[in-house]
Formats: sequence, C-alpha cells, structure tokens
Amino acid sequence: MSTSTSGTVEKFSYDNNIVRLFANATILWGAVGMLVGLLVALQMIFPVLNMNLEYTSFGRIRPLHTNAVIFAFVGNGIFAGVYYSLQRLLKTRMWSDLLSRINFWGWQLIIVSAAITLPLGYTTSKEYAELEWPIDIAIALIWVVFGWNLFATILKRRERHLYVAIWFYIATFVTVAVLHIVNSFELPVSMFKSYSWYAGVQDALVQWWYGHNAVAFFLTTPYLGLMYYFIPKAANRPVFSYRLSIIHFWALIFLYIWAGPHHLLYTALPDWAQSLGVVFSVMLIAPSWGGMINGLLTLRGAWDKVRDSVVLKFMVVAVTAYGMSTFEGPMLSLKSVNAIAHFTDWIIAHVHVGALGWNGFLTFGMLYYLFPKLYRTQIFSTKLANFHFWIGTLGILFYAIPLYWAGFTQSQMWNDFDSNGFLEYPNFLYTVTNILPMYAYRAIGGSLYYIGVIVMVYNLIMTARVGSFQKEEAAEAPALAKANPGLAPGEHWHRWIERRPVQMLVWALVMILIGGIIEMVPTFLVKSNVPTIATVKPYTPLELQGRDIYIKEGCNACHTQMVRPFRSETERYGEYSKAGEFVYDHPFLWGSKRTGPDLAREGSSKLRKPNSWHFEHMYDPRSVSDGSIMPAYPWLLEKELDTSTTAAKINAMITLGVPYEEGYAAIANRDLVKQANEIADEMRAQLEEEGFEVSADREIIALIAYLQRLGTDIEKTNETAEKQ
Amino acid sequence: MGVLIILILVSLAVALAFLFAFIWSVKSGQYEDDYTPSVRMLFDDEQDKSTNTDNQS
Repeated sequence: MSTSTSGTVEKFSYDNNIVRLFANATILWGAVGMLVGLLVALQMIFPVLNMNLEYTSFGRIRPLHTNAVIFAFVGNGIFAGVYYSLQRLLKTRMWSDLLSRINFWGWQLIIVSAAITLPLGYTTSKEYAELEWPIDIAIALIWVVFGWNLFATILKRRERHLYVAIWFYIATFVTVAVLHIVNSFELPVSMFKSYSWYAGVQDALVQWWYGHNAVAFFLTTPYLGLMYYFIPKAANRPVFSYRLSIIHFWALIFLYIWAGPHHLLYTALPDWAQSLGVVFSVMLIAPSWGGMINGLLTLRGAWDKVRDSVVLKFMVVAVTAYGMSTFEGPMLSLKSVNAIAHFTDWIIAHVHVGALGWNGFLTFGMLYYLFPKLYRTQIFSTKLANFHFWIGTLGILFYAIPLYWAGFTQSQMWNDFDSNGFLEYPNFLYTVTNILPMYAYRAIGGSLYYIGVIVMVYNLIMTARVGSFQKEEAAEAPALAKANPGLAPGEHWHRWIERRPVQMLVWALVMILIGGIIEMVPTFLVKSNVPTIATVKPYTPLELQGRDIYIKEGCNACHTQMVRPFRSETERYGEYSKAGEFVYDHPFLWGSKRTGPDLAREGSSKLRKPNSWHFEHMYDPRSVSDGSIMPAYPWLLEKELDTSTTAAKINAMITLGVPYEEGYAAIANRDLVKQANEIADEMRAQLEEEGFEVSADREIIALIAYLQRLGTDIEKTNETAEKQ
Repeated sequence: MGVLIILILVSLAVALAFLFAFIWSVKSGQYEDDYTPSVRMLFDDEQDKSTNTDNQS
C-alpha cells in the first residue's frame, strides 16, 4: 500500500497509570467476585451458609457473583487491555487523561453501588441486568465516556490502519451501548424500584437478546480483541492469518446479535423466533472456530515458546476453552439437546468453561504479561505462575465435569417414567439431593481455581514490589498526514473504510441493529404472537406486592415459571405455559435455572398447597421438606409489608398498559388489606397451635398470595371451556 | 409509532444493501494488504523504534 505517513516524528508518551489502575481493579474484583461465587456454590450444599440473613441469602448474592465477575472482573480487564493496547496500536496517548480517570472511577463507583444494592434486594430480576435504574443510567454515562475517549483516540492516531483488535473494541462499545439501553427500558416507581417497559414474552425476548449479547459483546468480542493483541505480542509473531481475522470479525458481529432466542427454546416464545435463534446459533460455530484456529495457529512452529512462557500457557488454554464453549453453544442451541440441558446445571458448566477458561485465563495471561511490562521487571516467580496455571486448569476440570454429570443426571430423572406411565421421580427434591455430591465436587473445583487466583495476587504484588513502575512510557512516531480521501490504484474499498473510524462505527451499529430489529419488531407488532386469554387478569395489589418480594429475594434464580410442552413437564406441573398468560408480567419471571421445581402452576388445583405450608416452608424449608437446599426466609415473617408503595405501583402498571380501573390506585390498599386478612385468618388457628404468630401485615402474606395465584387464571379458561 | 417502524425498515433496507456488498467483497477476497498490519503491530516497543515499518508498507 502506498503510505501517507510523511509527517515529522513526534514525541509523546503512553499513559501506563490508567492501565495499572484498571489492572489492579481487575485483580481486586476478581478475587472478591470469585469468592462470592465460591460462597454461593457452598450454599447449594450447606443451606446453613445462607446464615438466615436476608443480605447473604442465595437469591440476593447469586446476582452479586455474576455481576462482580462479569462487570467488575472482566469489565476492568477489558478496560486494562484496551487502554494498554489501543495506545500502542495507534501510536498515540489516550485522547483525554481526564476521561480515562472518569471512566475508571465511575466504573468502580458503579461496582460499589452494585455490591451495596444487590444484597439489599434492589433488583430488576433480569439476569446480568439486575441493577436498578439509577445505576443503569450511570452505566450508560460511563460507557459513553469510554466510547468518547476511544473514538477521540482513534481520530488522533498516528497509525493509519486500524488493527483488527480495534474493530473488536469498537463493536464492543457500540453494541453494549445499544443492548444496555434497549434492555434497561424501565419505568421507575421509586428511587430503587422500577418495572420493565416490556411484558411477558416480549420482555423475555428483549432480555435474552440482551443476555446472550452480553456474553457476545462483553465477554467475547473485547476478549477476542485482546487475544489478537496479546497472543502475537507474547509470542512475538504475527497472527496466523490477518485476512481470517477480518472475516472473523464481520461474520461474528453479524451473526451473534440474532442468537438470543436460543435461551428460550420450548418456551412460550413464538416458534419462528426460536427457529431463527437456532439457525444463527448453529452458524456461529464458523466464525467462532475461525477465531479460535487463528489464535492457536499463531503459535504454529513456535509451540516451544508455550513451554517457556506462562503467559502463552494461559492464553492457549483460554483459546481452547473458547473453542470448546463455542462448539458446545451451537450444540446446546439444537432443540433436541436443549430439551435435555435447559434449566439444568449443564448450562452452569457451559458458562463456566467460558468464564473460568476463556475470560479468566485470558485475563490472567494478560496480567502476567502486563505487570512485568508496567513495572519494568521480570515476573516475581515463574514457578508460582506455573503453579497457578496448573491448579487453575485442574480447577476448571473439577468444576465443569461434575456439573455436566449433575445436569445430565437430573434431566434424565425429571424425564423418567415408570412402566405404568407415571413419573419415576415425582418428588422433585429427590432429583436435587441425588446430585448434591456433584455440587460438592464443583465447590472443590472452584476452590482449586480460587487458590490459583490467590497465588497470582501474591505473585503480582511481589512483581510490583520488585520492579519500578513506569508511569509514562516514552514513544515517538511520525504524525499522520491528512488522510487521502481516495483510494490508491489497485486498493480495495474496504481499506478505505478501515481508515475511517466514524464510518466504521455507523456500519457496525447498522449491522448489529439489523439483527435486533428484525427479531423484535414483529413480536411487538404481530398481535397473534401473544394470544389473549380472557381469564388472565392483572394481579391483585397484594399479589403484585408479593411478586415484588419474589423478585427482591431472587426466587427466580432457582425457580422457573415456564412449563415446557413435554409430557414429563405437563405430568409434573400441569398445562404447558402459554404466551397469553404473561401479558401483565412486568418483568417476566421465567427464570433460567431449575434448582427448585417450576412454580408457574404453584397455585393450580394440581399443585396447590395450604397457605400454612408456604408459611412454614418459608420459615424453615427443611421442616416441611426434609433435605431441601432452599434458604430459609424467617425475616419474611417479621418484616411488615410496605403498603405505601401500592398506589405508585398500580399507577405504574396502568401506565404500562395493565388494565386496572381508572382511580384504582387510590383504593388498592383497601383490597390489599382485605385479601391479606383472609389469608392470615385462614391459616391462623393451625399455625398458632404450632407456636407461630400470624399477622396479616407481614411480607410473607403477600408472597403467599402471589404463589397461590400462579397458574390459576388458565384453569378458569379450562373450566369455561368445559362448560361450553 | 407506525412511522417509527417505517423509518426502521428503510434503514434496514439500506443496511442490508451494505451488508450484501460487504459479504460479496469478503467472498471475493480482494483485500489488498492483509499481512503487513499483523507484523507492524509487533514493532512498537521502545527498543524496536528504529524498525518502525511505516515507510515500508
């Protein structure tokens, strides 16, 4: 190519301080987030570790774990890697030190506020988007600061060509911004409570469009960018095929955005949307494996370097884990495989191969590369780093294999019928206690992995102590002459695009929007996608409050509300779920993991339990259900239900299109008290005999009201149909 | 609301046109220089400053 870098040589320096800040934050939050992960893993074997405290119960700290490892550990890892590589790839300092600092401190502030609000029970219930609306706004603002700094840096670059890693960073910024904003569309009710703008099926589609693309554009594309930078750097050889990397990029960002519905197979989502998700998920294997092969083959003829470099060791396992989970992903998207794996621990194993292997190991490799560079020294102890590598690898295996086993076993037990055609294991609990040993092995695997992390923290601290931090790294490069607006003879037009970051942004945006819009707009528009069921009515005020307690306690972390159309499920839970049942559900609560039984039909005549059963079960699950691993919720019996929010909640629901009568908000609490008294009176005699105090104004009453409502509306339909 | 959908669909059509053009270009494999950038990124460390390849590419 003809060059246009004929300017004078300029001296400048790279900002290493911002890289160090983000790297330190990565280590700190990684250690915290994984420790919380270990705690939730142990809670599944020893419910006593919920400590009977609301702030440490599984439903509240499971999102703390996921948010911490995704947005705090990986998030800071992304920023550390991007701020390091971007400056060097573009031969320029970050555009604004101030924006860099705002990006850093703003992001840490968001993390801290998440760590405070999630244990307090402020949650939207939408997975990986649990944070409430004020924090959502903060995330959007800080993300824009990051993007602003990113693009401004690209514009003032001294290197005409945008290396492939930068495209991945651009796609990450643009897509995450779009995903976050669309999915966080919510109506605030109070300072820390909001309702999703979408309802039921539509909410589910938006959520998993977001959820899957959070995996795609937060856990994958930025890390692919880091892979394309750090593997060639660590091996000191060019990427196997630069052309393949270009194809990898465009194919990946175009395909990924369509795959979301594979999280909703066999649910009440319209079939065409499910099929679309499957097709694109299967196609994803091509670019994903192209990227994996490109990463691994970069080391062709140089595998001896892997023996000597702990950085490369980590990265090779990371890329291999990427390959495995991107093979498994498309397989899990096949409906027949998904029917087995969905709602089981198989999925937990799958995501952890990606999280521990791909994200974790690539981050560790990057940190072992960065610290010696930043501190101008060697790694403190290669021996300890190698120890970390091996114990981490073992940890991944010990984590994943038992959970694959557990998931498959439990799924088979759910589906098993005896020779008379009855469920072999009608008691759900038996399928749980049976896999508890696997949960124990998983916790061992997680512990091994965590030991490695602790060793790394020590090693990196010592590296920093031995070395001397270089805050500013001097560099020089010729200034870029004015961009040639045309193409050199024989040059292809894509080269022209590569030189224009703003156009690149628009293009990437357009491409990712195609996927999202085509999939979502029809569902919003086509009424037939959500058949109206006449007997499905809005929740009563008490049930609505109960539903919010269900959300607050994170019940949806372990209980689904989605009966799939399989005989094994309709036998166990009743009629399969219909889209029309969820039209007033802001947000939807289908869940994604069935650690406990499905609750979609909990109040139906088939499954209904006495009010007093729920009361005692919440107080101590093991008193009515021996061997249960559910946390106890004694505080629900003590805390008074906050009825001051009822009017605001009803009004918000009216705004969202739920057909409460005009002016109902003002009198809603009257109905609430009446229903609460009925429930309390019904079970008082029995419970007081057993020594409980029953008061109608407690949170438990609202939760019971909600649970007893579940699945009852559709029975009215059936009764009506039978009468006709 | 309806007009929003129309706008979206129009943007969509434009985007699709771009997209097909792009896919065609990828398939035809006409990338001019799909090697130098991968090597150039290796030479940005201080000690390698002298080997800056900007003027050779």
